Amino acid sequence: MDIRSQISMVFHLDKCIGCHTCSVACKNIWTDRKGAEYMWWNNVETKPGTGYPSKWEDQDIYKGGWEKAKSGNGSNGSGANGSGDIIATSAAGDGSPAIRLKGAGKKKGLGNIFHNPHLPVIDDYYEPFTYKYLNLIEAPAGDDQPAARPVSLITGEPMDIKMGPNWDDDLSGTPDYARNDPNLKNLSPEEQAAMFELEKMAFFYLPRMCNHCLNPACVASCPSGALYKRGEDGIVLVNQDVCRGWRMCVTACPYKKTYYNWSTGKSEKCILCFPRIEAGLAPACMHSCVGRIRYLGVILYDADRIEEAASVDEKDLVDAHMNIMLDPFDPEVIAAAKENGVADSTIRSAQASPTYKFVKEWGMALPLHSEFRTMPMLFYVPPLLPVMASLTKVNNDKQAEKLGAITKHWNDDWLYDTSTEELWGSIEQARFPLEYMANLFSAGDTEKVKSRVMKLMAIRLYRRWKTVGDISEAKAQQALEDAGLTAKMADDIYYLTALAKFEDRFVIPPSHREQAIEMMEFTGDAKGSSGFGFKEGTARRGL
Amino acid sequence: MDSLNTFFFTGYPYVVVIVFLLGTIYRYRYKGFQVTSLSAQFLEGKVGFWGTVPFHWGILMIFLGHLVAFLLPGVVLAINSNPTGLLIHEGVNFTFAVALVVGLVALIFRRLLHPRIQVVTTSMDLFIEFVLLLQALLGCYIALNYRWGSSWFAADLSPYLWSLIKFSPEPAAVIAMPLVVKAHIVGAFSIFLIFPFTRLVHILVAPFHYIWRPYQVVIWNWDKKQIRQSSTAWSEQRPRNT
Repeated sequence: MDIRSQISMVFHLDKCIGCHTCSVACKNIWTDRKGAEYMWWNNVETKPGTGYPSKWEDQDIYKGGWEKAKSGNGSNGSGANGSGDIIATSAAGDGSPAIRLKGAGKKKGLGNIFHNPHLPVIDDYYEPFTYKYLNLIEAPAGDDQPAARPVSLITGEPMDIKMGPNWDDDLSGTPDYARNDPNLKNLSPEEQAAMFELEKMAFFYLPRMCNHCLNPACVASCPSGALYKRGEDGIVLVNQDVCRGWRMCVTACPYKKTYYNWSTGKSEKCILCFPRIEAGLAPACMHSCVGRIRYLGVILYDADRIEEAASVDEKDLVDAHMNIMLDPFDPEVIAAAKENGVADSTIRSAQASPTYKFVKEWGMALPLHSEFRTMPMLFYVPPLLPVMASLTKVNNDKQAEKLGAITKHWNDDWLYDTSTEELWGSIEQARFPLEYMANLFSAGDTEKVKSRVMKLMAIRLYRRWKTVGDISEAKAQQALEDAGLTAKMADDIYYLTALAKFEDRFVIPPSHREQAIEMMEFTGDAKGSSGFGFKEGTARRGL
Repeated sequence: MDSLNTFFFTGYPYVVVIVFLLGTIYRYRYKGFQVTSLSAQFLEGKVGFWGTVPFHWGILMIFLGHLVAFLLPGVVLAINSNPTGLLIHEGVNFTFAVALVVGLVALIFRRLLHPRIQVVTTSMDLFIEFVLLLQALLGCYIALNYRWGSSWFAADLSPYLWSLIKFSPEPAAVIAMPLVVKAHIVGAFSIFLIFPFTRLVHILVAPFHYIWRPYQVVIWNWDKKQIRQSSTAWSEQRPRNT
């Protein structure tokens, strides 16, 4: 057992209003520089949609993440030190296939080092632009209103804007964007058609940032060894002085969250605002989140089991991921963590961690695209609203009669139905197929998404009984029981979802800088010195 | 002419080595951030593919060919002693040389004409590309017109280079060579001279260590176990900052 602590995150998608405040906070602090204009370390996508860069989830195009090695037996893997492209063999020792990087790795990475065939180019993201605002002031007098023309931030030349980081926001341009969402792949044509029927369309927002994975493909793909995971808190960083611009990380990250700075010739990525984290502050995107959808906390996990967990069959990936995250109250875990050098304060943070509660204790959050096998440590509580509301056929004539003759009334026969007569029926008949959610959050397993959505719904029913009172207590309790929750859990979930204060949402472990000095110098060296130090020895020394 | 010959084939190589070493060390230590491949594939990849791939494989193989002739001249002479061997040797080398030239021309045109690539182009980038092109064309000319060129390298140039390394330069055999060959040699020296000040420095950080490295990299700020052992806190044993 090799217990380490990892900063993990939970995004509660039911609360995301898609305001992009997180993206702007991040951009203003970190990527408002030459070569980084096109980078959005944090971005918010509308789902269904193709996202940023376009169709990033389609690994047939981008070849990101890990895949099971096809060779069959793991004997040619020779562990993490092997020279082949295969990293892990199944720890079960049953010879089940190992995993390898899909588009990078030692053979593919070095072989394609002169030209990386799977590298996205800037047009897959968008050409960054600004406007010639000065023209509004300085244009000479003329017959026409002066205009601020868009100009490229790369060449400085006038350009036509064809793309942006959230070009398909709120389903705009849907025939070109949402219909090409890679997550629609397992849905029948009827289901897809139903999703895009006018007046029945639904969408939700998916804020994305670096997942600070346990099995990061970017780190594994870097020929220079510039990318690394910080041991103490698991933040994944690029050493800018070691990066040589071989660009393999851009391909390897299946979430396309490492970016190539075309000006400096170096890769950059989200640093989880580590200077803020070390000072006890929440990262800028989380601090500024208007909907308070973001939670950050420590999770203890067993690093010895990463390879094993990343190599299991696709359907077991989520469970394997959940299993290597450990209970911070278990005395054995605590003892092993201390033995491994995890600070007591970090263990206490893990016990108070909101992310541990959402992910493990309550089982409400899921990783995004676990089938990429990077074991992301950013989890999502799936959205309930677009799923829950069903469309029922009704006779609207009476309603139309009530409305006056001059009032606009809709000539249709359906109702946006959020009734609670039938406890779980609306999940099955949701206008948003569960398969779609499952493709995003559970490698296609609808049961996993359904159990999360049921919990969200049960909390809603429970609170409705408490606050509105139009639901019987028996029904509320039945809903909780069906979803596998207790009243205590329901109260806690409600608190953390709706009422939580800053300190509840962000439980940041102290970084112990008083100990970090020992990475620079040995404190024993100063023992016996006067405390303020001398640059030269005294004449008497040595006599 | 004699003094020029003496300078270029006895003094100049030592100037080159000194500038190369000092320049490279300076660049790496004090401008380390600038030691990168400066790939522009992200801005333009289509023309780049037809330029960068033939160029890189071409120049890599041509460089290795020269290196083999320098280190193992006997092998090259043995191959060339057989007409079939000579034909294959020259044919393979010339193929890579053509790839080099074709790729380089494509890259130069891309650099000069593509608006996005112009933005990331410095005058030194263009200068080194033209120097390399000139050098490659000289090499091709020698290969075509002096069919014993490769044997010359093994028989005369290799001993000459070794004499330089032994600090007792014997340039006579080189000075006697045709002007084109001498220009090619001086060109090679000059490329090494300006090497530290160009984008070519990325050759020196080619990531061979990736082959032996474990895939995942974890860096601890301090030794996670030792730092908690109070018994060692005041010992002479420093934490291993792995």
